[in-house]
Order: sequence, then structure tokens, then C-alpha cells
Amino acid sequence: MSFTGKLGWDSIPFQEPLPLVSAAVIGAVLLGVFVWVWRRGHLPYLWKEWITSVDHKRIGVMYCLLAGVMLLRGFSDALLMRSQQAIAYGNGGYLPPDHYDQIFSAHGTIMIFFVAMPFMIGLMNFVVPLQLGVRDVAFPTLNSVSFWLTCSGALLINMSLVIGEFAKTGWLVYPPLSELRFSPGVGVDYYLWALQISGMGTLLSGVNLVTTILKMRAPGMGYSRMPMFTWTSLASNLLIVASFPVLTAVLAMLILDRYLGFHFFTPEAGGNQMMFVNLIWAWGHPEVYILILPAFGVFSEIISTFSSKPLFGYRSMVIATMVICILSFMVWLHHFFTMGAGADVNGFFGITTMIIAVPTGVKVFNWLFTMYGGRIRYTSMMLWSIGFIVTFVIGGMTGVMLAVPPADFVLHNSLFLVAHFHNVIIGGVLFGAFAGFTFWFPKMFGFTLDERWGKRAFWLWLSGFYLAFMPLYVLGLMGMTRRMQHYDVPGWHPWLIAAGLGALLILAGIGCQIMMLYVSIRTRKDRIDESGDPWDGRTLEWITTSPPPAFNFAVLPDVKGEEAYWGIKAKARENRRLSDRPDYEPIEMPRNSPTGIVSAFFATAMGFALIWHIWWLVILGFFGAWGTFIVFAWRDKAEYEIPVEEVERLDQARRRSKATLLDLPEEALS
Amino acid sequence: MSQTANAHDPNKWGRDSEPNPDGPAPKRIVVSYGFWIFLLSDFILFACFFAAYAVLKDATAGGPSGKDLFELKLVEAETVLLLLSSFACGMAGIGTLARDMRWFQIAMAATGLLGAGFLALEAYEFLHLIGEGAGPGRSAFLSAFFALVGCHGLHVTLGLLWLTTMMAQAWSKGFREDILRRILCFSLFWHALDIIWVALFTMIYLMGVRG
Amino acid sequence: MFRDPRLARISARFAGLGLCVVLAACEPGILNPAGPIAAGERSIFFNALAVMLAIVVPVIVLAFAFGWWFRAGNTRAKHLPEWAYSGRLELLVWSIPALAIMFLGGIAWIGSHDLDPPKPIASKAKTMTVEVVATDWKWLFLYPEQGIATINRLVVPVGTPVKFRITSAGVMNSFFVPQLGSQIYAMSGMDSTLHLRADRTGRYRGLSAHYSGEGFADMNFFVDAVPQGAFDRFVATAKAGQGKTLDWNEFVAMARPSRNVRPASYPRLQPGLYDRIVMKNGAPEGEQAKDGREQ
Repeated sequence: MSFTGKLGWDSIPFQEPLPLVSAAVIGAVLLGVFVWVWRRGHLPYLWKEWITSVDHKRIGVMYCLLAGVMLLRGFSDALLMRSQQAIAYGNGGYLPPDHYDQIFSAHGTIMIFFVAMPFMIGLMNFVVPLQLGVRDVAFPTLNSVSFWLTCSGALLINMSLVIGEFAKTGWLVYPPLSELRFSPGVGVDYYLWALQISGMGTLLSGVNLVTTILKMRAPGMGYSRMPMFTWTSLASNLLIVASFPVLTAVLAMLILDRYLGFHFFTPEAGGNQMMFVNLIWAWGHPEVYILILPAFGVFSEIISTFSSKPLFGYRSMVIATMVICILSFMVWLHHFFTMGAGADVNGFFGITTMIIAVPTGVKVFNWLFTMYGGRIRYTSMMLWSIGFIVTFVIGGMTGVMLAVPPADFVLHNSLFLVAHFHNVIIGGVLFGAFAGFTFWFPKMFGFTLDERWGKRAFWLWLSGFYLAFMPLYVLGLMGMTRRMQHYDVPGWHPWLIAAGLGALLILAGIGCQIMMLYVSIRTRKDRIDESGDPWDGRTLEWITTSPPPAFNFAVLPDVKGEEAYWGIKAKARENRRLSDRPDYEPIEMPRNSPTGIVSAFFATAMGFALIWHIWWLVILGFFGAWGTFIVFAWRDKAEYEIPVEEVERLDQARRRSKATLLDLPEEALS
Repeated sequence: MSQTANAHDPNKWGRDSEPNPDGPAPKRIVVSYGFWIFLLSDFILFACFFAAYAVLKDATAGGPSGKDLFELKLVEAETVLLLLSSFACGMAGIGTLARDMRWFQIAMAATGLLGAGFLALEAYEFLHLIGEGAGPGRSAFLSAFFALVGCHGLHVTLGLLWLTTMMAQAWSKGFREDILRRILCFSLFWHALDIIWVALFTMIYLMGVRG
Repeated sequence: MFRDPRLARISARFAGLGLCVVLAACEPGILNPAGPIAAGERSIFFNALAVMLAIVVPVIVLAFAFGWWFRAGNTRAKHLPEWAYSGRLELLVWSIPALAIMFLGGIAWIGSHDLDPPKPIASKAKTMTVEVVATDWKWLFLYPEQGIATINRLVVPVGTPVKFRITSAGVMNSFFVPQLGSQIYAMSGMDSTLHLRADRTGRYRGLSAHYSGEGFADMNFFVDAVPQGAFDRFVATAKAGQGKTLDWNEFVAMARPSRNVRPASYPRLQPGLYDRIVMKNGAPEGEQAKDGREQ
């Protein structure tokens, strides 16, 4: 047993220039950013105000940032795959199978776990406490730990670019292919430990948000008054709490197989590979609703806000959300009708799957009726929303078709399936994330995003999506299966070229989004959100300033009905004055803590050591993380006080801006 | 907790009444509530291992089955140790309520020692099985067995680590508000492990011995 | 925002989609069935599509119509700033999808039973058995009734129902001939059953529809559906061929990883080989090179 375990110089893939070069570029960019931050003297600020922050808003923003960065990584993988398939007709293309197989595995893993998840968790983290009218989540430091553990997983996955390899098994590492016998390299281990570590973060974040929503609400904020986004967040986090342990367990079993010679899923000694498939989808299906439900919430907020109308059928929407939440655990078998479970089982799961289309359909209709009779303002967010409705119903339709077992027998694992889930994940989750990010951006940073570049990005994404994925439906019908490194059917070639062009359009869309950020930041002085309520909002996050003070609300709002802020605004307009000047009190807020990043540092070390069998470092990493928590637990002062003068000053400024917004006279403030 | 009462009272569910009048729940409630939710997720984790065991119970690959291997005497001793340690944990809880540091420390030490005894017996059982050639690599059944019982054992080990930390913390900081919350969470955790052990004992050992 | 050119573009897009479907039907694929199972699955596909389109198309039209008509600048549009509930509409929005799903659920339930892979195909001709073993990365077909075996080429008589027994020598694969219909996973230690029939002579592409490692893209085979006479000649030729008997040792040797394997045949077949492969959970680890898959 050597000091560095399995790690040696031969672990660096010198023979493959592509990952090395890209990693060098990423490294150079990161180094450049770091040097810039350091030279400008921002490092202490970054450490004190962001990295060690336990403020749910800052953590939410960092989650979104992580998602954005990883989107670039995952999308580069997509470009490689699309170009490989556009080229590899009758030849091997430019990516050997060894490389191509890692790319599609990494693409799926990254896009689900490190783009879609952090984006949604980021938005929930930022918005939910604000919508509930409270000052933070239930466990602020734990929140920071969750975030940094997610980063730790993302870091491990990216390390596999240059040190060793990534899994060559697809994003769900089905055994026996992922067993040691067929995948002796470290690729699957990277996958397993990255997901165990980030999965821990996700689970803790789910516990945190469920507790926040169920136990920390402003006075008067009953369940029947919670904004739709908070409801969908509750459903999504309940699903996290109920399903992520399943992922942890099934990955742990595979780890035991690979590390200690257990026989859970091996072909030998009675192992059962079908159990893996069942368990992973018992997590995997709820997972897609973990992603899409918050997106539904985002669209509910946006459509209602920009139609200047309350959400139509609020109760139906809540019921539909919770029905989806429950049903999502009863459909997992539709991912493998072709395993041969028998007609009764297949029929049952086909029907339960279709039943999910009912509450989803209700939601779509209710969004349409929310628009009905409204005065729709066409911001880029509204474009994303209508683009979503149209795209999502197409994706939903193909999903229901796949839920018919006999149709699935010929469509399973085909590009039709690939087109379907991109149809719902891009058209649903990603569009929702972009719309939500644009919607809440002014709340995060105090200025709005540039609409021109935003709309350009939308049109390019939309057309790019259709050009990239509609051909895949056709290819699926032509019998092309997924994950082909090359092919020799002439009829497929033109469609794959078209799909490649679609990916280029999406690339242009991403370029526009980067431009949007750049232009918006450059012109931020002209686009400051003075009022804290740039869209004529209806929920509590718009009552406070943009960005909100650390404590969110000087005095917790007193909620009198659905659409709390809308009611307060209407009352202020009616009475020509704001609510009475409250009695301010000093506010206690949790102190920042480096616990999150330090424990994640040790978790990363431990994960890396486990991947490379460096046992001393495993022990060191474990006790390091434990020690970090002990140091945290030993501190005597968990909170700091914001003096009453400061609270009053900030809130008086807020009240002035609200008075200006509502066009109220100066005496309205008193 | 008038808040919970309101939320569950059907007459008060609606626009007209004032739900959740007090705002956010106090820290003590929030912490134990959150920890309960975490424990529920932990139960689900165990449920997966239970399910795997149920699936693989008969996959002995020509090797020994539970009937051939399990010694109820040993497992009964383990059960007694764990239940006693839960009792001791309850005594520590009473010590906390009485704000009696010595009582608390003695009871916690007893909890820990009984837990360590349980672990020692379990380790003996594992080593004995492996020595007999009935290790986890022998068959899928034994893999599932070792994983399920081992997962519980791992929880007990982590619990012991937590327990010693709690003792040291209470010793140096006294019964501070946040320490009390942590002690509460720890005892919830320790009792939850008992519940899981009872299920495990019944399903694996009692039903296993009957074949 | 949504002026006519955009609507035109949308309709062009749908026309394009229709065209795609038509084009796909001309290419060999699942819309161009060569047997009763594939034909049944195609009609279920189209039925489901038709039922869904009956809802999806109006929803898309409504989305554009509402979006267009209720734009902020349109003063002629009804303005209902408080309208957020209508019992009748709620009933409608729950019942429309529910009705469609009840209908589709019926299709799914009946279809699952009619087209259940282990269900024999009613036919005048006697069912023939072919045993399929997925190995790294090629397909092995055993003809127990004829006593021969082939690699990467399957020959079946037209009009004769074939009972496929499917397993794997190692990792998971999926046996799939798009133009003949249903696919079923090939899993080591499992013996899955699938009934298919080719009703047209011709050569059909078969493939593994479940990713299985580095040689996956080459894991293709051809199915030749030929008249009975031609099939008999094929068997006779295969039996007369040179080459070894396919027994256990030969199987373990051939199951070693190899890519892009040309079609080949074995003149003789050890009886009961397939059952042994299933019993032994594929090619056992000890008898294959340990790190056979990666260097």
C-alpha cells in the first residue's frame, strides 16, 4: 500500500489533449479571477461577506453562480457530443469511445446534479424566506454547509478531467457495467463519491427548507396564504427528504460492491442488478419532480405578476402540486418497462404515470386562465413562460406516449426518449431557472437585467432547442438508440447535423446571456431598482428593499391574506398612507461561519482519498470535518446584534422608497 | 404551539381566520422538528437496506443461510445492552431536566459504555462470521446482512462520537440553551437507533433463525 | 409581440414536424413495421398521439391566443384584474385531462396485455425458438432446434413466430429489432422471453438498445427474414461449415470482449448451453480475464 494509493503520474491522461487543454483553460480562468480579486483587495470582502456567509440570500446567489458555471461545463460536453454524432457517420469521429462515453456520462451527471439542482435550490434558498416574511432559513450555518458540500461534489467531478477518468457507464451507473469487474478504473468512484458528498448537502438543504416552510412563517402566513413558489418548494423539498436517502443507500451498496467485495448487484453470488435499477429510479423519478415543481412555482409567480392578476385557481394549484408530489413515488417502474415485469405490472405503472398528467394539465390550464383577462407585459420572463407552456406540453405529450408500455417497447432508450426528457428539462426546468433568475435578479443585486439581450437569449434558446431536439424525435422513430459513438445508417446523418446546428444556436443563446450579464453590470447605475418592487409584485419579497438588508424585514410583516404584499399595497393606495410606523427593536442575526467551506474542504479531501484509496487521508479528512463541527459547536456567540438605529435607518429608507413608488405624500410615512 | 393547532383545525383553515398568529416557532421547536425530519430521512435510508435484505434473503449462492449462522443468545445480549443504553440515555435526559451535571455525566457515560458493549458484541459477531468463511463476499444474502446490520452499527459508532462530544461540551459549557437543544437531538437519535434495532432484530434474526 | 410572422413560423414548424414523421415512416424504423408486434405498437403509438394532440394543440393555440389578445397594449381586451376562481372552469380543467387519461389508460392496459412480450403469437406456423446471448460486444444466436449458432446475424423464416429467450454473458444490453417490435433487456442470470414475427422478407437492422460499454456502437446485427426454403438452405450450409462446436469453453472464449465482429456461424451446438449460461450468470469472472474490459 503506497502513500498515494492508486494515484501516480500515469493517472494524468497525457495522451488525451482535450481534457488537459480544457482543464488548463479553466484553471487559467480561475487563477485569473483569483488574481484579479486579490489585486483589487476584494479577498477579505469575499471571505467575510460571501464564502463564510450564512445569509440565505448570499447562499442562494452562490448556488445560482455554481449552476451557471457548471452549465458551461455541461454544455461544452453537449457540444462535443452533438459534433461527434454530426461527424461520426461511417467513421469513428474525433472522440474515441473511451472519451465519448465519459462525456455523455459527465453531461448527464453534471446537468442534473450540478446545474438543475443547484439552480433550483439556489432560487428556493433566496426566495422562500423572503416570501414567508422571515429573516433566514431554519438552520443558517447548515445551509452554508449544504452549499459547500454541493461545491465539493462539483469539484470532484471536474477533477476527474485531469486526474484519472470519469465514469463510462452513463449517468445512472447501471451495474454490472459499473461493477469493479467491468469498470476497474476510478471513473465510477469519482461518480459515487461526488454524488454521495453533494447528495448529503442536498438532503440537509431539503431538511432545512422543509423545516423553514413548516415552522418559520410570518404572523398570519397560514398554509392557505403561502405563495405558489413556496408551496412548490415545500413539495420539492419533501421529495428531497424522502428520496435522497434512497440514492445514498443505493450508491452505498454499489460502493460496498466495489470497495469491499460485496455482492449486491454483481452477476455472481446471487447479486441482483434489477434491484439497483429499481432503487435508483425510486430516487430518480421523484428527482425529476424535485426539479420541475419549483420551476412550476416560478412560472406561477411570473405569469401572475406580469398578467397583473392573481394566480387562477390557487387551491387547485396547491392540490395539483401535492398530488404530483405523492404520485411521483408510484411511477418509477416506467423507466424500465422493457425489463419484462409482466403485463399487469407494466399496465399499472403506465397508468399511474399517466395520472400525473392530470394535475400537470390542470396547472397548464390554470396558467392560461391566469393570463385570461390580464394585461400581459411582455418582459423576457413572460417570453420564457409562454415558451415553457408550449414546449412543456409537447414534452409532456411525448412523455405520456412513452408511458404506454407497448409504445415504450419500441421507444425505450431511443433518441425519442432523449428528446423527451430534454424537452421537459430544458423547456421546463432550465427555462424556469432562467426566468426565475431574471425575475429575482433585481432582488438579489439591486438592479435589473438588460431586457434586449435577455430576449435575444430567449429566442436563440427557443429556436436552438427546437432545432436540436425535434430531429432527435425523428431519429428515435427511425430506430436510433442513445449513446452511440458512431453509426452507419445514412438516413440518420442529416438529422444529426441539424441537431448539431441547434446546439450552436443554443451556444449563441448562452453567449447572449453572458452579454446580458456583462451589459447589465456595466450599466447598473442606470437600472437601479429604487423601489424594491420593479415588476409590480404581489408577494412579500417585493415589500423589502433590493437587495434586502441582512435581516430581510425590520419588522416581520403581518399577513392578512393571499398575495400579502399586493394587499398591503392596495391598502396603502386606498388610505393614501403606509402602515403605521412600527416600533423598531434591535435584531439578532446569526454570525457568519467558515464551518461550511472548511468542512467541505475536508469532505473533498476525504472523497478524493477514497477514490484513490489513500487511506490515511480518508481518516484525516473525516476527523478534520468532525473537528470543524466541534469548533463550530464550541463557539459562545452564535449571533450578533444589529442596533436599533441601524434597523430604523434602513427601514425608514425603505418606507420612503415605497412612498415614492406608490406616489404617496411625505406625511404618509409617519 | 397554537400555530400547529391552528394549522390542523379545519374550522380555522381559510381566509377569514388568522392562521399562524405568532409567526416563526421558537428555536427549540424548530431544531427538534428539523431533527425529526432528518431522522425520517434516515429511516428511509434504513428502509432501503431492509428492502435489499428482503430481496436478497434467499440469494445464498450455495452458502450458509441465516438459519445456519445466527446465534440468538449473542443477539439477545446485544439487544439488552442497547435497550439498557437507551434507558441510561433517558436518565441523562432527566439529569438534564434537573440541571444536575454529575447525574448527566454518569448517565451519559453509562449510555456510551453500554453502546460500546453493543458494538463490541457486534464486532465479535462479524469477525466470527468472517472467520467461518461467511463474510459479506460469500453471497448476496450475506452482503445484505452485513450492510444492514453494519449500517446500524455505523450509526451507533457515530452516535458514540457525538455522545462523547456532548459530554465534553456540557462539561465545559454547562446546560446552555443551545447545548440543551443538542442533547435533545442526541437522545432522539439514540432512541431512533433503538427502534431500528428492534425492527432489525425481528426481521433478520428472529425470522432468520426460523428459516 | 406575436405578430403574424411568428404564428406563420409556428405553423411552419408543425408542418415541418408532420413532414418529419412522414419521412421517418419511409426510413426503416419503428414506423415501418415488418411484423404484427411492431404493427400493433405503431398503431398504439399513433392512437396515443392522436388522443394527446386533441388536447395539446388547443392548449398551444390558447397559449398564443390568450398571450396575444391580452397583451398590455390591447385596450379592447376584457380586463378582469381580480378574476381568480371559477368553479365551473376548475371542474373542466380537472375533468378534461382526467377523461383523456382514462381513455389512454385503457389503451395502455389493453395494449400491455395484448403485446406482452412473453405472450405467444397466434399463428398457423409452429413457433421456432432462438436463444439470444448478449456478449461484449456482439450478439450470439443459438438455434436449439437446428443445432447451430450464429454471431451478429439472425436468420428467421418469414411468417413463423419466433420465441426469443434472451440473456447476457455479462453486462446489461437490450435486444431490439426496430422493425419487428418490442425490445427486452438482456441480463445475466435472467432468462427473458420475447415473441416476434417477421411477415415480410427482407433484411432488418438489429441493435443493442442499452449502453453496454466501449464497443456498444458496433453491437449491431442483421435479421434476415427469408422464405422457409431459404431458411432450410441456410441451416444446411451452416451445418456443413467448418469451425468448432459451440460448447461451454468455446462460449467463454468467444464471450471475451471484441468489437466490430463479422457475422459467423457454428456448425454444431452443445445442447443445454443456453441454460448453463443462464445458470452460471453469464460468463463467470474467474474464466474471463479479470481486467478484461479496460487496460
